[in-house]
Amino acid sequence: MSTLPTEAPLQPLVPSRPRRNHRPDGSINRAGLYRHLILIALSAAMFYPLLWMLGASFRADSQISNPGLWPGEYFTLDGYVEGWEGIAGIPFGRFILNSTFVAAMCVIANLISCSLTAYAFARIDFAGKKLWFAIMLSTLMLPHHVVLIPQYILFREFGWINTYLPFVVPKILATDAFFVFLLVQFFRAIPRDIDEAARIDGCGHLRIFFRMILPLARPALATTAIFTFIYTWNDFFTPLLYLTQTDLYTTPLALRAFTDTSSSSAFGALFAMSVVSLLPVVGIFVSFQRLFTEGIATSGIKG
Amino acid sequence: MTTTIEQATRVPADAETPRRQRARRREHLTGYAFMTPWLVGFVMIVGGPFLYSLYLSFTDYSILGAPDWIGAENYVRMFTEDQRFWNALRVTVVYLVLSVPLVQVVALLLASMLTSGLSGSKIYRSLLYVPSLIGGSVAIAILWRFLFQGDGLLNNLLGTIGIHTDFSWIGNSSTALYTLVLLNVWQFGAAMVIYVAGLTQVPAELYEAATMDGAGTVRKFFSVTLPMLSPVILFNVLMNVVAAFQSFNTAYVVSNGTGGPADSTLFYTLYLYQRGFIDFDMGYAAALGWVLLLISGVVSLILFGLSRRLVFYGDE
Repeated sequence: MSTLPTEAPLQPLVPSRPRRNHRPDGSINRAGLYRHLILIALSAAMFYPLLWMLGASFRADSQISNPGLWPGEYFTLDGYVEGWEGIAGIPFGRFILNSTFVAAMCVIANLISCSLTAYAFARIDFAGKKLWFAIMLSTLMLPHHVVLIPQYILFREFGWINTYLPFVVPKILATDAFFVFLLVQFFRAIPRDIDEAARIDGCGHLRIFFRMILPLARPALATTAIFTFIYTWNDFFTPLLYLTQTDLYTTPLALRAFTDTSSSSAFGALFAMSVVSLLPVVGIFVSFQRLFTEGIATSGIKG
Repeated sequence: MTTTIEQATRVPADAETPRRQRARRREHLTGYAFMTPWLVGFVMIVGGPFLYSLYLSFTDYSILGAPDWIGAENYVRMFTEDQRFWNALRVTVVYLVLSVPLVQVVALLLASMLTSGLSGSKIYRSLLYVPSLIGGSVAIAILWRFLFQGDGLLNNLLGTIGIHTDFSWIGNSSTALYTLVLLNVWQFGAAMVIYVAGLTQVPAELYEAATMDGAGTVRKFFSVTLPMLSPVILFNVLMNVVAAFQSFNTAYVVSNGTGGPADSTLFYTLYLYQRGFIDFDMGYAAALGWVLLLISGVVSLILFGLSRRLVFYGDE
């Protein structure tokens, strides 16, 4: 089982044996009970700030120092109404729309380019493949900040400031090595017999790629799509560098501008829009839970 | 040589060889065709800029005009005069040294709790994972500010149990960095999920054998779980170290882009951003980028070196 360390979490998972904390005689395992108590306490502590923010977004601004969760008699939608008005006359919905557009473009670009590249590495024998693969893996470890300055100079030279091209073009060009690697691993696990048979029937690579490999790789493609969406949605650094025009702001940049422009007492609006900005990510998580919590490497999602 | 003999002796092969050659050439071309996006991206957006930033790091360049070659001056200045550089390095190292091991311990503890046959463990797993998804967002950074400021949630909570204080955890240079460490530890879920995946693959026979030999829970953890899990631990540590070196968002939002109070949250990347995009000292920022690359490269090498001694792969 000598694998690359980075491959370890990507291996298919053996389902854990079901065990209950009920003993055969029917009594409840005391250690199990303690574990539940610890886990419930920990979850509560971790979620308290989040729930508090949710509560505060529905509360009057005067109640900011109230550590309670339930808005109760101070319930108001003012935060949402006020927050939705946005900044500098541009409604907050515009920022959400911008973010959605950028994220959708990035998802499509990543799906196409990363899977094409991954197919070449996983299924086609061409000269120099090993070298290119090694280079691709090494870019995985390359800190983004080393290439940041020249990239900025280049994109500025192209006139891409205040456009979404600095977000999307790198995805079209498959620079997210993490997803290329993920897809290579997945494609390699698909039995070769399937495409051998197709080749004998006269299918070319393009046909095999679209008809055989892509449909079989749906879980890996879904993972790529979802994580690309979340990275892009949460991305603060790229818009900070490339967007200076308010009407082009993505949600994170708008939120951050909110902390400057809104008067320091408009907590309700700030929290309300923070909650709104988190909703898509939470929604995706709830719908696709298993993709996140069962296996496929999900580390390093930090800005 | 062999091909000439074959060609001489076997007539049908003679007819087939050029076709097979053509097929192989087409295979090469198809490979490169599929890889074209990545190749262009590598040359234009990764590899090219990588080399160009090395060149820039030896220049004085303010984005206007042409880069001015100044030799190693940026590096000399950085190491000998620049107190903020050393401070940024110290802040990042403290952050990393505190948060990465803490995350591993918490994640591993919870992962072993969740794989011990507890009912409802999937629900806990999902719940505890949520902070990893949203922790890097601006919204959470804003929340963190409200948690730890002078009239923030933490102090209000303390007030309800009779401890009245308006000490700003985030506005004080002796505590600000630790609130960010806590934010990182809060996001232990991603590492935990990977540990859970690793733990379910440890063969049950090993535990049974250890039990037969009279090993207790603690002994089993150190003699079975840790060695079997060591490749996964290495993976998590590496990923978290890389992420910690590059963390930016929270420090930026919490300190309004200053890295304050008194530069106590001036992460390395935040300093690089300030030099490059506030001062437009692009040559110097490029040099900072290269030093970051060298440092994180050395750290990764050390981790891999350690792993050769400490990481256990099944077949050794």
